[in-house]
Parts: sequence; C-alpha cells; structure tokens
Amino acid sequence: MDIEERRNLQIMACKVRLGILEAVYNAKSGHPGGSLSVADIITYLYFNQMKVDPENPKWEERDRLVLSKGHVAPALYSVLAHKGFFEVELLKSLRKVDSILQGHPSMHLTPGVDMSTGSLGQGLSVAAGMALAAKLKGASYKTYAILGDGEIQEGQIWEAAMFAGAKGLDSLIAVLDNNDLQIDGSLEEVNSPYPIAEKFVAFGWHLIEIDAHDFDQIDSAFKAAANNTDKPTLILAKSVKGKGVSFMEDNYKWHGTAPNAEQYEQAVAEVRDVLSSLEVENE
Amino acid sequence: MSNLVKIATRDAYGQALVELGKTNKNLIVLDADLSAATKTGMFKEAFPERFFNVGIAECNMMCIAAGLATSGHTVFASSFAMFAAGRAFEQVRNSIGYPHLNVKIGATHAGVSVGEDGASHQCCEDIALMRTIPGMVILNPADDVEARAAVFAAAKHEGPVYLRFGRLAVERINDENYEFEIGKAVTLKEGKDVTLIATGLMVGRTLEAAKLLENEGINAKVINMHTIKPLDKEAVLNAVKETGAIVTAEEHSVIGGLGSAVAEFATQEAPAPVLKVGVEDVFGRSGPGADLLDLFGLNAENIVDKAKKAIDLKG
Ligand SMILES: Cc1ncc(C[n+]2csc(CCOP(=O)(O)OP(=O)(O)O)c2C)c(N)n1
Ligand SMILES: [Mg+2]
Repeated sequence: MDIEERRNLQIMACKVRLGILEAVYNAKSGHPGGSLSVADIITYLYFNQMKVDPENPKWEERDRLVLSKGHVAPALYSVLAHKGFFEVELLKSLRKVDSILQGHPSMHLTPGVDMSTGSLGQGLSVAAGMALAAKLKGASYKTYAILGDGEIQEGQIWEAAMFAGAKGLDSLIAVLDNNDLQIDGSLEEVNSPYPIAEKFVAFGWHLIEIDAHDFDQIDSAFKAAANNTDKPTLILAKSVKGKGVSFMEDNYKWHGTAPNAEQYEQAVAEVRDVLSSLEVENE
Repeated sequence: MSNLVKIATRDAYGQALVELGKTNKNLIVLDADLSAATKTGMFKEAFPERFFNVGIAECNMMCIAAGLATSGHTVFASSFAMFAAGRAFEQVRNSIGYPHLNVKIGATHAGVSVGEDGASHQCCEDIALMRTIPGMVILNPADDVEARAAVFAAAKHEGPVYLRFGRLAVERINDENYEFEIGKAVTLKEGKDVTLIATGLMVGRTLEAAKLLENEGINAKVINMHTIKPLDKEAVLNAVKETGAIVTAEEHSVIGGLGSAVAEFATQEAPAPVLKVGVEDVFGRSGPGADLLDLFGLNAENIVDKAKKAIDLKG
C-alpha cells in the first residue's frame, strides 16, 4: 500500500469515527468502545477490499459482511453512510423511532446490511452458510464475519468454527476484534478464551495475527486471506477498545455508554485534530 | 377414506423432500446427526451434494440455514422438535424469524408418541414457542398425504415455516386428491352441536370421537386445523356460529398450542366455550407411543367427554 492510499484510509477512518461518535451521542446510548476498536478494519474492508455497490446493495455478486458483534452497528452504519449506501446525515437518527438505523443491524431496514444480528454467537454460523452457498454456486464472493473477543465465549462460535474448518469454507474470512475487554471487564477477569489462535488452528483454520490499527498489516492480512484456497481464515486483530478517543481507550466502562456533551466535544476535537493533520499532509 | 395405510408423517417428509429435490435445484437439506430418524437421509441418498450434516449442533444448523437462505436457497433444516424448537429457539427467533428468511424447519418426533425415549425427547412445547415468533408459519399435518402436501406448500411459501412431524405411523385419512392450502382449515364432517378442532395425529382420533358422539345422538362438526399459524379465524368463527361450542385436540401442551390459539381468538371475536384436549402441563414418560397417547388423555374417549362438557357450557 502506498503512502497516499494509506493516508486516505486513515482520513476515512477518522470520518468514520466522527460518525460513530455523532450517532451514539445523539442516540444517548449505544456502544462506542467496540465500534471504535473495529473502525479501521471495517473502513478498510468497505473502501479497499470488498466488492459492493451502494447503488445496488443486494447485488448478487457482492462480498458479504456479517457483523456478528452486532452491538457495534454504529461502526458499520458510519462506514456504509460514508460509502454512499445512505445519507451521512442519517447517522444522527440512530436508535430513534422510525429510523432505518436500529440499535442492532437489520438487513431489511438498512441498505448494505447483509444480515440482522445482535444476539452474540450466531454470526459466524450465518457467514458459514453464506460461504457454503458461494461454494455450491461456484460464486466468487467472499464472506466476512466480524467477531468480538468476548463473543467467542459463546459455544456456537466453536460449532461454526468446526463446521467451516471441516467443510473447507475457504471464502470465509473472520475477523476477531481482540480488544481484550467485554462488558464486565477484561477477558481474563471474566472467563478467558485464550489461547485463541491455537484453538482456531486446531479447528482447521488459517491464522493471521495483526495490529488492528495498522493499515499496512490490515492490507496484507486481507490480501493473503483472499488468496487462501483450502481453509477459512481467521484474522486475529489486536485492537484497543475505544481507539482514537483518549479517555475511552482500553476502558471497559466505555463499552456501552454514550458520551455527555462535554465528553462528546472532547472526543470530536481529538479525532478532528488527527484528521486535520492528515489532511495537511495530503496537500 | 382408507384405513389400511399407516405411515409416519416423518417418512412422508423424507419422501417429499426427495420428490421436491428433483425439480427444485435450489433446495438444500441440513441435519444435525439425526438423518436416519428425521428421514432426511432419503434426501442425502438422492442428492448427496445438496445435503449437509452439521453434526450435533442445532443452533449452528439454524444459523447456517439462515446464511444459505440469504443467498437464495430454500433450506430445510431438520432435527427432533425438542432440539429444533427448544435448543435452537433463540437462533430461530433472531436469525430466521426476525430477518424473515426462507428456512423451513422440519421438526420430527414431536409429542409423547415418540414413545420409549421418554420425557427428554417428547416435545410438547414447540408449537407454543414457534407461535410467538412473528411471521412464522406452523404446519402440523395429520397423515402422510397431508405431510407431503405441507412440505410442497412450505417450499413454495416465502418465509420461515415450522413443520411438525411425528415418529409414530398414523392412519391415512386424506385421499390422493387432497388439496392443501396454508392457513385454510379443512372441514372433515359437518355438525351442529359442537365443533371438534384437531391438528396432527389427533385428527384421526377426533374423527373416531365424532363417530362415538354420533352414536349418542350428538352431531359434531370436525375441522382439521393443519395450520396453527396463521390460524384460520374464519373457520373458528363459523364453527362458533354454527355450533356454539368448541373442543380442540392436539398432541401438545394445553398451554400455548392449538387450543390456546383458538381460545385466544374466540374470547375476543366469538365468545364460546373452548375446551382443550392436550397434554395437561406434565412431562411425558417412556412407553409405547400409542399407549402414551391414551395415558395422557389424547384419545377419542377424552374428546367425547370434553365435547359433552362443552355442550353443557353453552348458554
Ligand atoms: C447472546 C448475547 N448475550 C449477551 C449479550 C449482551 N452483550 C452485548 S455486547 C456484550 C459484550 C461483548 O464483548 P465483545 O465480544 O468483546 O465485544 P466488543 O469488546 O468488541 O464490544 C454482551 C455480553 C448479547 N448481545 N448477546
Ligand atoms: Mg471485546
């Protein structure tokens, strides 16, 4: 990836973060922490990797994305809005009555959402079904699943991991947003799922470990995953929950709390600072 | 009407899938290590490339079915009713019901007629669970002819369908010309004193009850309510108008099943006594399936008793 491409992604990721903050702030509820930790990866996917058409969201040949950790809907919505699936202005309507932006993703209400999610532990199975359909049809699309690291405490994740490995679903690419936090605290404090990499490898998956906020690593990971032809791939992405907002970073209390006015202003100022210096660099 | 043929609805299910698979190339069948019992094994034999065994993982199966359905497949996912509706309830609700996906849940071994396996496998709660999911269609065929028809109708229907099949061989009550329509109850016998509304294997027993009542000079109307959701409200309304009293009969808990659906509707739109024949809020037990039906009062004698009570309760 060249410098300009990387910078453009960094710029878009800032805009996506601002959209997340705006959505959650206006909704007065929602999940900023896990949205911010996965923002870079979802930005990369929709802007650099996935075959999608905002004019034709149900395009048969499109790549699919299942946001298995559906509570971070604001991250997906912000990326979809910036990609042109709907107006960025709509982000303010998150969680409001009559909004197309439900608290958790709804595939029938929001253009660009491929699966309704929200109940943790189900998305990897759904994505495996999509990948199986691609295999049966000989279709070339990829299916991406975004998992939380706390989410993999759900047993069904391992049912899906076993199935995808056993059936060699090579077009399935799962991302594990490894921010080390869940609602009640750190993974270790709650119920450690570690070691994670070894478990997926044991279930017959390719494994790629990256820094979730380094676009060069993200880029090479997804390019490598796209070329795998025998097994599903897990991208284990070490991330920082709340990434980009100093007081939210690595603090489990920002899992599901909206910022107040003062906090919102500070958060926005921090992201805007980064954004403007990137834009200056770009000129 | 022929009393000679006795086939379990699960067998008809397996055969219908094979028949359907010949013309519907989009059809995929999933099972969770019960294909010999659910009879999806027949489909596996015929179309191995369109059959997937997910192993003993019912929740996973329902969500894989959902994923396949998003890509345009019609998917039948099978297990025992206990595990399809019970274990995987939340997956069915959130990943199939909420997104209204084209998944057909082929649930076999419903009710106490499962027999020797006992209470852990005798699911009498599945209709109650599935009824609460918006947009879910629930079909409970009475014999093999209706089971086959229900499978074809389910495949044609856009959206989720729960199909309830039994383990026990049951007498055929419908002939080859039988026409099945989702949501359209079938009147098997006209009558004016009381209406017996039955579903699944209780339809045969209800016809028997109607004969016994006739011998005592009671003229009962008999309805086969093969579709529990959407309920044929017009049929219930007419039954109340014509007979003023209803008895329901199902191989399911009296809580939340056909009887509840009929009573809920009747109390609001056509008040009349509605008495239920069903499993009286108890767990099943081991024994021969047919004997258990009697033990739990799922028989003609009990329907007759309830019919007389219902008539007494009329104003
Ligand atoms: C089945 C289920 N149980 C519980 C919840 C409530 N819940 C929402 S988010 C969450 C924690 C998720 O943690 P993690 O997967 O690590 O996500 P992230 O840190 O990326 O936000 C829980 C328990 C849920 N949505 N679904
Ligand atoms: Mg986490």
